[in-house]
Amino acid sequence: MATSSVSKGCFVFKPDFKRKKVSFPIADYFNEGESFSEDSKLRFDTCQLLWQQMKSEAEELQEELNKSLFDSLIEFLEKSHLEFRKKSTNWNYQIKCREIPTAALVLGVNVTDHDLTFKGLTEMLKDTVTPYVVSLQAKECPDVKHILQKLASQLMGCCIDMESTEEECVQSSQRKMHYSMAFLSTWYRSVTQKTGSESVNKKITSFSHWKESPPIVIILKDIESFSTKVLQDFIIISSQYLHELPIVLVFGIATSPIIIHRLLPQAVSSLCIELLQSLSCKEHLAKLLDKLLLTTQFPFKLNEKALQVLTNIFLYHDFSVQNFIKGLQLAILEHFYSQPLSILCCDLSEAKKRIHSLSEDQCESIRRLPSFMRYVEKQTPEKQVASLTDERFLKEETLRFLEELHSYHENFFLVLKCLHAFTSSLPKYPLGRQIRELYCACLEKNIWESQEYEPALQLLRMLAKDELMAILQKCLEVFKSPPGKQLGGTVEKLQEFLVQFQKLEEIESNEEENGSGSQQKGLQKTDLYHLQKSLLEMKELRSSNKKQTKFEVQRDRVVDFIDNLVRKYLSPPDTQTLYEVVYFTGAHVLREHLNAAPRIALHTALNNPYHYLKNQALKSEDDSIPNVAPDICIAYKLHLECSRLINLVDWSEAFATVVTAAEETDPNSTASEEIKEIIHARFIRAVSELELLGFIKPTKQKTDHVARLTWGGC
Amino acid sequence: MMNHLKVKEGKMLEVQFVGDDDVLNHILDKEEGAKFRKDRTQLLVNVKKLMKKQENDLNEDDQEDLKDENYVDILGGDTQESLKNGRVAGSSSKVYSFQTRKNPEKMAELAHELAKTPGKSTSLISKENAEKMANTPQSSKKQSTSDKDQLKSDEKNEFLSTPYRLRKRLTVSTLPSDTESEYSDSNSEDEKGVKQEEEEKINEVMDQKRVVKHKSSSSSCKKVSAKKMKKDTTTDLVEEYFEAHSSSKVLTSDRTLQKLKKTKLDQQTLHNLLSKFSPSFSAELKELNEQHEQLFHKWMLQLHLGFNIVLYGLGSKKELLEKFRASMLQDSIHVVINGFFPGITVKSILNSITEEILDHMGTFRSVLDQLDWIINKFKDDSSLELFLLIHNLDSQMLRGDKSQQILGQLSSLPKIYLIASIDHINAPLMWDHSKQSLYNWLWYETTTYKPYTEETSYENSLLVQQCGTIALSSLTHVFRSLTPNARGIFRLLIKYQLENEDNPSYIGLSFQDFYQQCREAFLVNSDLTLRAQLIEFRDHKLLRTKKGTDGVEYLLIPIDTGTLTDFLEKEEKES
Repeated sequence: MATSSVSKGCFVFKPDFKRKKVSFPIADYFNEGESFSEDSKLRFDTCQLLWQQMKSEAEELQEELNKSLFDSLIEFLEKSHLEFRKKSTNWNYQIKCREIPTAALVLGVNVTDHDLTFKGLTEMLKDTVTPYVVSLQAKECPDVKHILQKLASQLMGCCIDMESTEEECVQSSQRKMHYSMAFLSTWYRSVTQKTGSESVNKKITSFSHWKESPPIVIILKDIESFSTKVLQDFIIISSQYLHELPIVLVFGIATSPIIIHRLLPQAVSSLCIELLQSLSCKEHLAKLLDKLLLTTQFPFKLNEKALQVLTNIFLYHDFSVQNFIKGLQLAILEHFYSQPLSILCCDLSEAKKRIHSLSEDQCESIRRLPSFMRYVEKQTPEKQVASLTDERFLKEETLRFLEELHSYHENFFLVLKCLHAFTSSLPKYPLGRQIRELYCACLEKNIWESQEYEPALQLLRMLAKDELMAILQKCLEVFKSPPGKQLGGTVEKLQEFLVQFQKLEEIESNEEENGSGSQQKGLQKTDLYHLQKSLLEMKELRSSNKKQTKFEVQRDRVVDFIDNLVRKYLSPPDTQTLYEVVYFTGAHVLREHLNAAPRIALHTALNNPYHYLKNQALKSEDDSIPNVAPDICIAYKLHLECSRLINLVDWSEAFATVVTAAEETDPNSTASEEIKEIIHARFIRAVSELELLGFIKPTKQKTDHVARLTWGGC
Repeated sequence: MMNHLKVKEGKMLEVQFVGDDDVLNHILDKEEGAKFRKDRTQLLVNVKKLMKKQENDLNEDDQEDLKDENYVDILGGDTQESLKNGRVAGSSSKVYSFQTRKNPEKMAELAHELAKTPGKSTSLISKENAEKMANTPQSSKKQSTSDKDQLKSDEKNEFLSTPYRLRKRLTVSTLPSDTESEYSDSNSEDEKGVKQEEEEKINEVMDQKRVVKHKSSSSSCKKVSAKKMKKDTTTDLVEEYFEAHSSSKVLTSDRTLQKLKKTKLDQQTLHNLLSKFSPSFSAELKELNEQHEQLFHKWMLQLHLGFNIVLYGLGSKKELLEKFRASMLQDSIHVVINGFFPGITVKSILNSITEEILDHMGTFRSVLDQLDWIINKFKDDSSLELFLLIHNLDSQMLRGDKSQQILGQLSSLPKIYLIASIDHINAPLMWDHSKQSLYNWLWYETTTYKPYTEETSYENSLLVQQCGTIALSSLTHVFRSLTPNARGIFRLLIKYQLENEDNPSYIGLSFQDFYQQCREAFLVNSDLTLRAQLIEFRDHKLLRTKKGTDGVEYLLIPIDTGTLTDFLEKEEKES
């Protein structure tokens, strides 16, 4: 092979320098390299378009969510070096001057998302506050020297950006010199003076009041991984220079603010910390789902299993919204890749056009959709024939179904949100606290048939009036938010309920006066017996007259109304015809590719080769393997029987026993010696493969022994 | 005593089951505790040897197994058992005189190993046999043997009805008792035989109980028990772990490869031998590979969309990736990186990118600088595209945190497409969340069952003799580049070392002696020149110096005597 050598590990291949349009259109890979590309290209473009839209939507959301955090940070920055700018000399400032203003950003454990936040932060700061933004990572800063070096180079770097490249050569000479805080402060003075006098720079002008002396913002991305000593030294040094350099520190914290005190038991006194909390990742996810999936804006949807997989990865593995988005991207890609009808997974208006140009094959695949077949079966014979034979009729039907699907989704999400408003505040959250849980439940089956639905309604029937009214108000907002013409009458109905409740309030306030009078009667002195008796009577009275208060009647009506809405609109998507077009169903694909289990795969391959090699000879019950299995499987099986150390001799003999038994060679033959040799060689190979896989390692504890690195099954 | 035992052994051949009382009486007759102890160990040793013997003569065994089967067919299960014992006893008589003690645990372990091996013969009679065995009382002395034998016969006849866990458990539970009795032997040197008998009795009862339990569960309600076992799996795992790691001492047999005369093979012979062996299931393997090859287009698509691909699963993935390279990457720039190559470093990977792809001739202060430079280059030039194929991303050289970080950063560039393979079971532990997000992996399971020929060929494998040829050639190379005087010096040292070949306490030639010898041979004139010459050898790892207990420096050539004699012969021939 061209890529194996005993002296080299890297092999570079460059195609001939003809430059003959090296970049293949990616879409070519979309359809397994087959050539009916028209359709696949369209599909791929749709996929890309959809993904781009969703991505930008997600980014927008991210920005929006970060906005409040950033705003408060900027506010903090403004406050921080007020005195410095005024060059004030009062005594109070002199004291404070020893304290570095520090913003502690608590960002949560989803470290992978932080990068994006910091990127946004840096950009925003550079645009609005100061050009001097430095971001440091723990792994770049093993000691103070490195910190200063990084600091200087990044500061100089942004300085270069601003002052064109005039001092390029000076820069390179500076690179080698020793950086110190003193050096930095002289640099800073010269820079600020220069800009102060020239003030030609366009960028600087935008900084308005920062112009005089923009602060130097130092972002420490992962404060937890910095070593205490380095950080402490750095803080002490920089606090000494605070009157010359307006330094502001920003700590990125993944765990909890206490970490600052734990990391910096002494230096903490020279910090003036302000705590800023970012939105929790769970809320972020909820918002993201709301924007991307619980909307009719994007036609693409996940089915219950796929959504479960993605949320499980989120909840049990990393809390990373970015990874969730990545999973979504994969889902979209897979959907368009594997479902030929996904070509219709686009805007309704676009779909109309595409339906007209559907090819015969595509029509056929529509007919083959389970949901469509289910629909056809229910039709009259004439219609059945028509939809199975008449292409035009089929196209009309398809369009109708797509429209239905669209309106189904519109209603579905409205009612879903409405139901969520009702159930999210119930004690113990019978239908889930987050909307995604409720959504999953609704996707899975008829929600009203689930066990939790009845108790939830029971609880709803016990809501107090003000709670109920708040919820109704929320629902009303939900229904009003889109320019909705759907669900005719629901808005009016809700409004009516609200009005009635308000009326009730007035009435009740009147009643209350009466009630208070009656209550006073009850407050007479009684003994226990009488009290019990009267309570019993009251209870009987209540149950017997059954006549609830007006409020209760009204409340029941509201609950019934919601119940009706749910039953009418929240049927799971697989009841809809043509739902396959927009719903991604390959949950296993997501799991395989995003949350793989290499250890299990390895174990299965070693333990049960039949799982991969479908040969009857390899089939076996329970956990044993037949002796004809691949060598490595046999060696593995044998080694499982050993404890920590394995004697190679014994192992090899056991191996040989099994293998010779499998070979069924005639041991009398003269070649037996050679066969033995070969078996030994096979054993050697199996052992070194197991070593490569990490099951054993050589040990010096005993001659010709290897140590086992695993225990138990695997 | 000896005779008597033999007689007993003979008895056992004829009468399978000796009543407990008989045996006890028999022993009590002899009465002397110490002697009894000896007997007992002897017997155990005997048994062990039998088993070992059995293994050693594998071919014989198989032959005899075949014969056994015939017998089995005719005579039924019980006789088979006795026959086996008989045969074993017979063949053991030769080894009888040696009385080396073996670790009891290892013995049992071996038995299991054998037990694990399903034989080619099929016979259901052994099932009956097993059941019968369960009901029959057995002699206490025979207990351990028969137990193991039984297991063995089970397996030999492909009687694998016992669920694996159960079997394991059984063996685990019997192991301690075996060792216990063995230990108690050595501890209770002065104890009376009576006590031992008691102990033995207890052991026996326990063993029997176990056997009965084992049998009943295996024969009648194995399904149920298997389910039960599953419940216990977790606790079992924990137990197993602590069992394996509890004592610092692990009991294994002391057998070494040298005694077996199975010398280490060198890489070439190994390769030759293996080429003679054709793996089975080629049709299935081909099918499996074709399945993977269908994914090529998808991989390309996903690579282009910003994902990177990692392949896992048993079997070498080199060939698959090579195919991928050949079919998909012919028109694009790509780098193939053999992670398993022992000399690979991140630096060399980056170098090949900067020098050969980006045509940069300068050097970099650090790897991080280099990385930054590459990143900038790729950002500037949007027409650049690069495929990285890394075989064994989890290899020794690349698995370090820093290497992974750099590779991750490299792969996170939108125009660098990474497709890598991993094999180690713990490979995913290399990546924390942030690295994983850098890599942006899509996982693909590609189990190929292909032998890791190339991947393991570099490795200093356990049983492969590595140093032989390479050391010899490097020795000659270095030697030829030396001055005649230096050659003489080295030859002196070699000869001295070869003379002391048989001296086990030889720790090397002391520097002073060496200097004296060299002076006498007119090779050096001062110890400084000698030291200067030695530096040369040391740099080539041809010499090792060691301070002895008396503070004197000793010189030693760290190459085995075989190679040295070869070398000397060769040199003398040439000169």
